[in-house]
Amino acid sequence: MSHDPHVKLIYMANQIAKFMESKPHAEGLASLTSHINDFWEPRMRKHLFEVLDGGGQGLRPLVVEAADKIRRPKAA
Amino acid sequence: MKDFIIPDRDFGTPVAKSKTMVTLTIDGFDVTVPEGTSIMRAAAEIGIAVPKLCATDTVDAFGSCRLCLVEIEGRNGTPASCTTPVAAGIKVQTQNAKLEKLRKGVMELYISDHPLDCLTCSANGDCELQDMAGAVGLRDVRYEAVDTHFKAKDNSGKANPQWNPKDDSNPYFTYDPAKCIVCSRCVRACEEVQGTFALTISGRGFDSRVSAGMKDDNFLGSECVSCGACVAACPTATLQEKSVIELGTPVRSVITTCAYCGVGCSFKAELRGDELVRMTPYKNGKANRGHSCVKGRFAYGYASHKDRILSPMIRDSINDAWKEVSWAEAMEFAANRMKGIIDTHGRHSVGVITSSRCTNEEAYLVQKLTRAVFMNNNTDTCARVCHSPTGYGLGQTLGTSAGTQDFDSVEHTDVAIVIGANPVAGHPVFASRLKKRLRQGAKLIVIDPRRTEMVESPHIKAAHHLALTPGTNVAIVTALAHVIVTEGLFNEDFIRNRCDWDEFQDYAEFVSQPKNSPEAVQLLTGVQADEVRAAARLYARGGNGAIYYGLGVTEHSQGSTTVIGIANLAMMTGNIGRPGVGVNPLRGQNNVQGSCDMGSFPHELPGYRHVKGEAVRDIFEKIWGVQIDDEPGLRIPNMLDAAVEGTFKGLYCQGEDILQSDPDTKHVAAGLAAMDCVIVHDLFLNETANYAHVFLPGSTFLEKDGTFTNAERRINRVRKVMAPRQGYGDWEVTQMLANAMGADWTYTHPSQIMDEIALTTPSFAGVSYEKLETLGSVQWPCNEKAPEGTPLMHVDGFVRGKGKFINTEYIATDERAGPRFPLLLTTGRILSQYNVGAQTRRTANVIWHAEDLLEIHPSDAEMRGIKDGDWVKLASRSGETTLHAQITDRVLPGVVYTTFHHPDTQANVITTDYSDWATNCPEYKVTAVQVGSSNGPTEWQQEYNAQATLSRRILPAAE
Repeated sequence: MSHDPHVKLIYMANQIAKFMESKPHAEGLASLTSHINDFWEPRMRKHLFEVLDGGGQGLRPLVVEAADKIRRPKAA
Repeated sequence: MKDFIIPDRDFGTPVAKSKTMVTLTIDGFDVTVPEGTSIMRAAAEIGIAVPKLCATDTVDAFGSCRLCLVEIEGRNGTPASCTTPVAAGIKVQTQNAKLEKLRKGVMELYISDHPLDCLTCSANGDCELQDMAGAVGLRDVRYEAVDTHFKAKDNSGKANPQWNPKDDSNPYFTYDPAKCIVCSRCVRACEEVQGTFALTISGRGFDSRVSAGMKDDNFLGSECVSCGACVAACPTATLQEKSVIELGTPVRSVITTCAYCGVGCSFKAELRGDELVRMTPYKNGKANRGHSCVKGRFAYGYASHKDRILSPMIRDSINDAWKEVSWAEAMEFAANRMKGIIDTHGRHSVGVITSSRCTNEEAYLVQKLTRAVFMNNNTDTCARVCHSPTGYGLGQTLGTSAGTQDFDSVEHTDVAIVIGANPVAGHPVFASRLKKRLRQGAKLIVIDPRRTEMVESPHIKAAHHLALTPGTNVAIVTALAHVIVTEGLFNEDFIRNRCDWDEFQDYAEFVSQPKNSPEAVQLLTGVQADEVRAAARLYARGGNGAIYYGLGVTEHSQGSTTVIGIANLAMMTGNIGRPGVGVNPLRGQNNVQGSCDMGSFPHELPGYRHVKGEAVRDIFEKIWGVQIDDEPGLRIPNMLDAAVEGTFKGLYCQGEDILQSDPDTKHVAAGLAAMDCVIVHDLFLNETANYAHVFLPGSTFLEKDGTFTNAERRINRVRKVMAPRQGYGDWEVTQMLANAMGADWTYTHPSQIMDEIALTTPSFAGVSYEKLETLGSVQWPCNEKAPEGTPLMHVDGFVRGKGKFINTEYIATDERAGPRFPLLLTTGRILSQYNVGAQTRRTANVIWHAEDLLEIHPSDAEMRGIKDGDWVKLASRSGETTLHAQITDRVLPGVVYTTFHHPDTQANVITTDYSDWATNCPEYKVTAVQVGSSNGPTEWQQEYNAQATLSRRILPAAE
């Protein structure tokens, strides 16, 4: 796995999504959202939004679906 | 429990556990004791010490020395008081003319074959034989010593064949057969307390000898694990610490807590002046109950090792040599650099790593430094790389990351599952307690890719060993649940009362799917389906079922999922909330539990409360007088990523060697190298210090006050035994740094820090040093509801309310064996070494483990032309290293194994950056590798060593 921040964060977000996909859809979506909000530092979320805003390529559908519920980091 | 204490009383035989009480009369005094108590112990309870030699209360009575004879009214003869149980109404006499005469006769015989060199004997003043000779009034020995064991030459000057020389092969203690009275206390301690069965009595009658291992073995060559139980049990100088032989008997002792593993054994540090003579396990220690292992008992020499750095040091660049400076200069330098970084790159560009080896109070201050002085939440701790999935998994299912039991609980266990842990090596004192229970008849299921010492050892054999392919824990745990659910072995009452029944229905539907059956996962896991079914039935229906697990569960891409699966198993079988059951994470380092409790994680304040909670922030904001960031901070791997990216520039790292212990060494090195200020606070110039700009010397656990919290949530006192050699306790050093950065902290004793913790953290509300003095230790939660602490969690209900079942879908790790890297590497520990070895490598423990070895199965070795002891190259996609091979069928074909105790090996050059989906806990336990022949160190090892040597230069002090 490359140390490119986007590649790594896409991988991590997809790992979370894979776990949440085994839950009922609504619960999985909510859990994925709160997981990223609770554990991802703003810099990480910023990179995630760079991917999401660019179309979310490489992200699993559950992550893309959660995009508008994940908290956007405040401008530094 | 004051610092100055008299030796622990020896009641002669172990405590009886019966609830039925019996009253008898001893020497005219009434005494009431539990049924099954020996007369000897009953007498001791009222202060009457019956003379004894072969009895001691750590092992069962043996009745061999015939010194403890008593008379019982109406009974014939003079029975031994150690082997005779009390009976209601009996009248016992422990002293009269007849008994006096008998005892003198017995002692006379003992002394006739014992050297009379008391004055120069190493046990002088600490010898029970000497004490008993005095106690029975022995004044004369009528027998001439003709045939003896203690004279090297007989009376005619010829060599005495009965005499055996001293065995000083063990680095820490000697065995002197000339001093032995063959009381068997050592043999019984080895069996009953330690459970190793390394010692025996060879020969018969006059030829009887204590013997370690086989006939030609010495102590070092035998199976002896050097736990010290025999030495503690020995009444004479036969088994004696070398330190006592060298330094003399200690004169004062201080009760403190071991700084090695998460068992948290209580010890007495025994001293002369401020020189530590020995560490002996403390009988009233509630975690260890008087037992110890080779690390805590003997491996403390690192504290006075020549490698310890005692002066602060600084340098402008990591390419420079270190310059020794005053504390004031070091603090000014460090503070200016950190302030400079914050001014240029913002307050989120710096952070801290708290130590799981330091005290609670120290961890609390380090996280406070980042939250209240740096003004961010960039704090993490080594638990990130070990038990963070426990925090997540148990938090989600049960409502708290806490282990559910105390260690005493194992005495009530009927079926133990040990998964991804090797307590014999990692948590030895707990392993001894578990093995004792297994010898009493409890059953054991081991889930581990490797045939660990737990699977089979003297008088222990696991009922089932599920030797799974590394990385398939979730598949196995879910298959166990599949059997329990589909065969109707679950505990419906418990689930209906304590969990959500509808939720369980959904979960049951998930696990019942055919894809989760043992038969379906057999191809993935490599474990026979019928073996999985039998194990599931045993756990579900075998009585009290307890699960003990370690890093073999957590350090995977699906670490958190396995923890959830374990909690599911315990809940569905009702194995929660009483003695003998539970979910028991075996924590790695001495204070991993405590450092997590103290708010070391970047998303939560002390007491596991998320920083997003305004009410929680408010508590701390009021006391600290600052505004606390409401966003989670960076975890260790994220810090390193941010460093490489250029947005994270400064780190204060206390008592943690991330360069050696964290995965993917090259990435860690790149992250550290990219920072402008790395402050390492440690005992030694560790590997991380190769990339540091400031080195602050640390103090050992012997040199400061504080508390450690062990794996059973037990808060134990650490007491200052001697003054810090470099001048300050670690908590004082952090305070100096904070104040140099503009804070105004005024702690003068760690008890004040604990008071602040109690004030802010509900689960610690009732904890104070005063209470710890009175009770010895407490298990959190300790508050108004539980003023004396909480040995068992979830007794009446789960912390989160209803227990939550969560689906555990198996998702294979992306780390897979393939044509280039066809083997799977998994890693672990060895008994004599601890973690990265910084401490144990600087003790005589290296005699047992001087280097990391690669275990490889004979068939894999043969295919590669590898012979036992060959240099081999171990390569993964991350890097390569070399080490010596050890051919063994402990590992399965396709699996290789090594330890990570030595920096020369750098096993983490091999491990990858894959990590747990929920917590980023690294996947140490599965790496695809190739193994091949090699001539010596790899280029990386040579470059690394060259850089390390260069980096460790210290300029000579200015004249």
